[in-house]
Amino acid sequence: MKKILLFCFALLVAQFTRAQETFPVNGAWDVRPGQYAFTNATIVVSGEQTLTNATLLVKDRVIEAVGAGVAVPKGYVTVDLKGKFIYPGLVDAYTSYGMPEAPRQTAAFNFGGPRVSVPVSTKPGAYGWNEAIRPDVNAKTIFHVNATAAEELKRNGFAAANALIRDGIARGTSAVVALSDERDNLVFINDQATANYSFSKGTAATNYPSSLMGTIALIRQTYLDAAWYKTQKGEYNISLNEFNRTQALPQVFEVTDMQSILRADKIAKEFGKQYIIKSDGKEYQNIAAVKATGSSFIIPLNFAAPYDVEDPLDARNVTYEQLKDWELAPTNPAALEKAGIKFAITSYGLTSSKDFWTNLRSAITNGLTEKQALAALTETPAEMLGVSDKVGSLAKGKLANFIITSDNLFKADNVIYETWSEGRQFVVSKMDVTDLRGTYAFKSDVSNGSLAISGTPGTYSVAFGPDSVRTPGTITRTGDLVGIYFNSRQPNGTVRLSGYISSVSPITLSGTGTAPDGTEFKWTAAYTGPAPAAGNANGAFARGGQGNPGGPRQPATPSPIGPVVYPFAAYGYVEVPKAEATLFKNATVWTNEKDGILKNTDVLIEGGKIKAIGKNLPAGTAKVIDATGKHLAPGIIDEHSHIAATGGINEGTQAVTSEVRIGDVLDATDVNLYRQLAGGVTISHILHGSANPIGGQTYIIKHRWGVTPEQMKFEGAPQFIKFALGENVKQSNSQQQFGNPNVRFPQTRMGVEQVYVDAFTRAKEYKAARAVKGNTVRRDLELEALAEILDDTRHITCHSYVQSEINMLMHVADSLGFKINTFTHILEGYKVADKMKARGIAASTFSDWWAYKMEVQDAIPYNANIMTSEGITVAINSDDAEMARRLNQEAGKSVTYGKMSEEEALKLVTLNPAKMLHIDGRVGSIKAGKDADLVLWSADPLSIYAVAEKTYVDGVAYWDYEKDAARQKEMKAEEGRIIQKMLQAKNAGSATQRAGAPRRRQLYTCDDIEDAAYVVADSYNNLAQDQTAGQQSAQNKK
Amino acid sequence: MKKKILLGFGGLLLSTVLAFGQETISPAKAQSGPIVITGATIHVGNGKVINNGYVAFDKGKITAIGEGAAPATAGATVVDAAGKQIYPGFICPITTLGLVEIEEGARGTVDDTETGELNPHVRSLIAFNTDSKVIPTVRSNGVLLAQPTPEGGTVSGQSSVMMLDGWNWEDAAYKKDIGIHLTWPVARAARGRRGGAPTPGQETPAERAQKQIDAIYSLFGQAQGYAAGGKPAVHNLRLDAMVGVFNGTKKVFINADGAKEIEQAVAFAKKFNLSAVIVGGKESYLVTDLLKQNNIPVIIKETQSLPDKDEDDVYLPYKLPHLLQDAGVLYGLTGIGFWRQRNLPFEAGEAVGYGLTKEQALSMITINNAKILGIDKTTGTLEVGKDANLFVSNGDALDMLGLDVTNEYIQGRTIDLNNKHKQLYKKFSDKYGIPTKL
Repeated sequence: MKKILLFCFALLVAQFTRAQETFPVNGAWDVRPGQYAFTNATIVVSGEQTLTNATLLVKDRVIEAVGAGVAVPKGYVTVDLKGKFIYPGLVDAYTSYGMPEAPRQTAAFNFGGPRVSVPVSTKPGAYGWNEAIRPDVNAKTIFHVNATAAEELKRNGFAAANALIRDGIARGTSAVVALSDERDNLVFINDQATANYSFSKGTAATNYPSSLMGTIALIRQTYLDAAWYKTQKGEYNISLNEFNRTQALPQVFEVTDMQSILRADKIAKEFGKQYIIKSDGKEYQNIAAVKATGSSFIIPLNFAAPYDVEDPLDARNVTYEQLKDWELAPTNPAALEKAGIKFAITSYGLTSSKDFWTNLRSAITNGLTEKQALAALTETPAEMLGVSDKVGSLAKGKLANFIITSDNLFKADNVIYETWSEGRQFVVSKMDVTDLRGTYAFKSDVSNGSLAISGTPGTYSVAFGPDSVRTPGTITRTGDLVGIYFNSRQPNGTVRLSGYISSVSPITLSGTGTAPDGTEFKWTAAYTGPAPAAGNANGAFARGGQGNPGGPRQPATPSPIGPVVYPFAAYGYVEVPKAEATLFKNATVWTNEKDGILKNTDVLIEGGKIKAIGKNLPAGTAKVIDATGKHLAPGIIDEHSHIAATGGINEGTQAVTSEVRIGDVLDATDVNLYRQLAGGVTISHILHGSANPIGGQTYIIKHRWGVTPEQMKFEGAPQFIKFALGENVKQSNSQQQFGNPNVRFPQTRMGVEQVYVDAFTRAKEYKAARAVKGNTVRRDLELEALAEILDDTRHITCHSYVQSEINMLMHVADSLGFKINTFTHILEGYKVADKMKARGIAASTFSDWWAYKMEVQDAIPYNANIMTSEGITVAINSDDAEMARRLNQEAGKSVTYGKMSEEEALKLVTLNPAKMLHIDGRVGSIKAGKDADLVLWSADPLSIYAVAEKTYVDGVAYWDYEKDAARQKEMKAEEGRIIQKMLQAKNAGSATQRAGAPRRRQLYTCDDIEDAAYVVADSYNNLAQDQTAGQQSAQNKK
Repeated sequence: MKKKILLGFGGLLLSTVLAFGQETISPAKAQSGPIVITGATIHVGNGKVINNGYVAFDKGKITAIGEGAAPATAGATVVDAAGKQIYPGFICPITTLGLVEIEEGARGTVDDTETGELNPHVRSLIAFNTDSKVIPTVRSNGVLLAQPTPEGGTVSGQSSVMMLDGWNWEDAAYKKDIGIHLTWPVARAARGRRGGAPTPGQETPAERAQKQIDAIYSLFGQAQGYAAGGKPAVHNLRLDAMVGVFNGTKKVFINADGAKEIEQAVAFAKKFNLSAVIVGGKESYLVTDLLKQNNIPVIIKETQSLPDKDEDDVYLPYKLPHLLQDAGVLYGLTGIGFWRQRNLPFEAGEAVGYGLTKEQALSMITINNAKILGIDKTTGTLEVGKDANLFVSNGDALDMLGLDVTNEYIQGRTIDLNNKHKQLYKKFSDKYGIPTKL
């Protein structure tokens, strides 16, 4: 046995070995010259140059010459390629080729059981604290040639690939390798091509980060730590050392949604980097924003298959976003090209590698030029990977990576015959054999009919029978021999045919067959005409229903394609509305100023600001809105919201996470932004959750629907941070193993106090140490945020319920010298209102929530009234995507419970939150010069009957009840159009996918400790959550 | 305290017990003499409004109702409600009120979900906690009857209609064991999968749902046979509990939101000739013809909720009552959970800005709910002969700007309007020396 194995090995070696000098050889050396001359070919040297009737000389691994007048030296194997084409071998810039499969373990998550606590890395060695930062991993050290995977790439024409490890946030370095089937030592083109990153922690067991914002914070801190590491001599840290070392390489960052492109780029800019971004192919969703990053891209062609939409009720499960993406994704490469953005195309991420060319051609049909397509597959990736001198075009001295094709590479019926990688041939489809595609007259002793062979040489499909009812079958071909079998209905069973090419002009197949009953017969099939064209109903029969998602889904001439909407979501605008000078005539105006509520009053807005308030104001050029009988009020401000953020709302893995920032993970596509505009909300304070005593930094946004996450931010907004007390912080309702020494501290209110004392004590020391001239204290973003609190440049809003802990935090703040800006929720605020008043602390509470857990047993709906009477600035907040859109009503409940005056009640959701957020200089009341953030209500805004007819942010009517009705109609029409197109694609033979449970947004409340979808390795954007559960928790928990 | 709310016996009681605390909020005594409320705007519940009207009731029943001056009634307590509004008591179907006291962190107070899939035999009636501190906070907003309902599993159990006042569940029962609750199975894609083909050999969500549906059919099929079979040799508690659904004495409340699930549920109800009610019905507006043809009503769960799908009309839940009203489907409304049922009037009022009239919104939580629960012969409107389940509010009870209950009666008994929240309000107003504005 052993001998045989050795023999095989020797054969293998003999065929390929040449320069592997250091390895012993068993038997005689078998070194072949590897000299080939490809003559009479059309050679596409690069996107810029095509030679006709030219010759390519290959000597072993490299190109010896390429040109029209090249003479073929003696000793060369000559291959006549008359009528055929040679292209540079394609380069795939993003693959996991040759990488071992990453273990799918996530030790930190033991579903159904208590969570295992892994606060810091348990990996032995002088590594950093977090396992998700693994720049020390180098693809070159774990790479191993994988012949099967290589063949899959070579079938599509790829001759070189960037191999990288897709595991972790910092993922180490990749290697560019040739795809030849040789010893590992021989295939390296660049042993350290790129340094790689992502927002996915992968298999790291370390608990932190459990959210996208934690991930971004970790990346940020790692840059700082690495910089500090260079200046220190105290410790050796492989992770930081390698992180620094790999900064010189091109930096590739993988993201899985459009907005994350912007997130990654923001980090890059912060640290003076420029990433090459590996995207998910959704750049078209905001090409201008993508262009503004200045990044170059590696894009996939993973276009979605059409959905099952025959049943209108099932079709309701396909989201607008999915419908639009199905149609628009194939336009993505063209959109990038048109915008002048540099990009490479990868075959990575396809459901099946067979979709690659179908999808690429679909991209070309949708406007990508062939020239750009070629560049994106050759020169651009070669340049990105620093291997332009070796691959990407055909020139003397470069590697002999090329493909031989029957035609223009991009033509629909082109056949890739051979892919050569480093001078090693791989036959995709034999050049010298007869093309069998066609329709044949089938004759036999038992029956006659017709036989159709379609597909591409190498992957033929066959079908048997009369044209109307074709039975798909299976065909195999070995040289001139063919084998065909299919299921016959009459008689029932499998018919097997064995035959050979008996004539080539016309092509005739002859042989013997076996009927289901065992009867043997003779048959012949003579060519009668071309195969049925792909794209018609019969074209797909041979696929046996499996089909090809890209399939013949796009007709040759593209049908009209709908516009991109902003944001790319339901209710996105084709054109985002602009600020318009507007005069509201004769309204009841709730000024929130000294004037109180003014009847029959006009308000003029212009340039996004309130210009004038008064009687009979002249309209000038302004649009006039008759507001007779209506109420004009300031936009609603929600002090406590968790909408429009993604990738988890809590980084609850540590007791103190002041370094994480909601501002990093804003999501401008959240439909709740729009829904809340329809409830009069113009500003939301997006908070970190309440999982830990010191949570993350928050952000104040305006509900500008249709802009990027950055553009939603309230300009120059005061900086806040979320603190939390009580049951969530001590994890009393979670499944943690109480008493386990690894369980996260604190578990009691006693422990919570000590967390604060400790954190601020450290922050004070840090601040003092950093203040010393010439200090080398490591910059620590966690302590820096706490130092900002000490400096009063960052304000605290603290989730709180019961009086004991509220009192405690006030005392801690007094003793350590910081201020508490707001107690949020503060359901027992009425018990300590005097103490809060004495310290000038504001209160942001619920109108009537109680009884949903132990710590809210004493919550009363009179809370806002008592605190207001005590002189506290009081707001009513939502903490809930649903309640937020009727905060006006929640304010109205202060009239129900405790008879607050209506004027004061409306302030609970307008001026008062503006005050506690320190933005009342710009918003919160109707006063000349303030932002035109206004709501036109149909009735008294505190009444259950009030409908928000129009909502303005900066003078832009983002919500308009009447226009919304028209937009809904347009959206329906657009859905209908795309569904028709999908049905056509399906009829044309494309495989479809079931909608299943549509992707629904996760609704966050304070309590959502982990976004399970985020935590599971590599799938944070896959939010196919059980929506009912999500909504239920949103409704029942605070 | 403002004097104007110190009206009638209820107001007096309120002022006297404020100092004592929850444990002294006593169930009301039986009506001891006739009561006449005069001078009010009366919302009958069926759409009719009587201006400057009166309502008289004695021995728990309404004896007279009309416009203008009330007929003289010997020995009657007269409540002057000039400028006020009178409403039939609100009815809150499908709730966990009285079954749950503290939702999270105190499992000992949670009695709404039994273990197991098929539990037609368990009854909410006997778990109803009349001493709940939540109940008085809901009651003081005009909600007088409720249907504490078991949850969980496929067949969750039986519900009863309870009065929100009583010494114990026996006293509080208004109509016992009125129906069985089941949740229609939903074919949901597996967690984390985004459509796509299921793994071969793995049960698809549709297959899983079908299995559950088969189990429901099997249970009802056997129960039907069992019910028809007379006295069984071996008793089966589950099947015994279901006898009523086949002779029309018990309703079947089916939780179903999707149009597909509603279609399936209606087919199921038809097969077994059930008196069925769809609960939830988020997409009921898509199948109104089917519901109407089969006389199947819908209990909408909350108007104050988010649309199910991003693409839906942003106001869809607000508009749903109007869509059903227009289509001629009988519909009622519940809020959510237990403590939040005090917002039931606002859940109803919410629909007014989006198509319903105010009186239609009122009907939704009075006569419509009464019809659906099968108690409309005795309550749900203010009509002679019906139970005196009613309350007086200073203003429009569906609007937070108007809701201000001053007097309240269940079967003529004068209800204590005090509750824990008012007590704490008073306690801390006193601490700070600020006025209490109840």
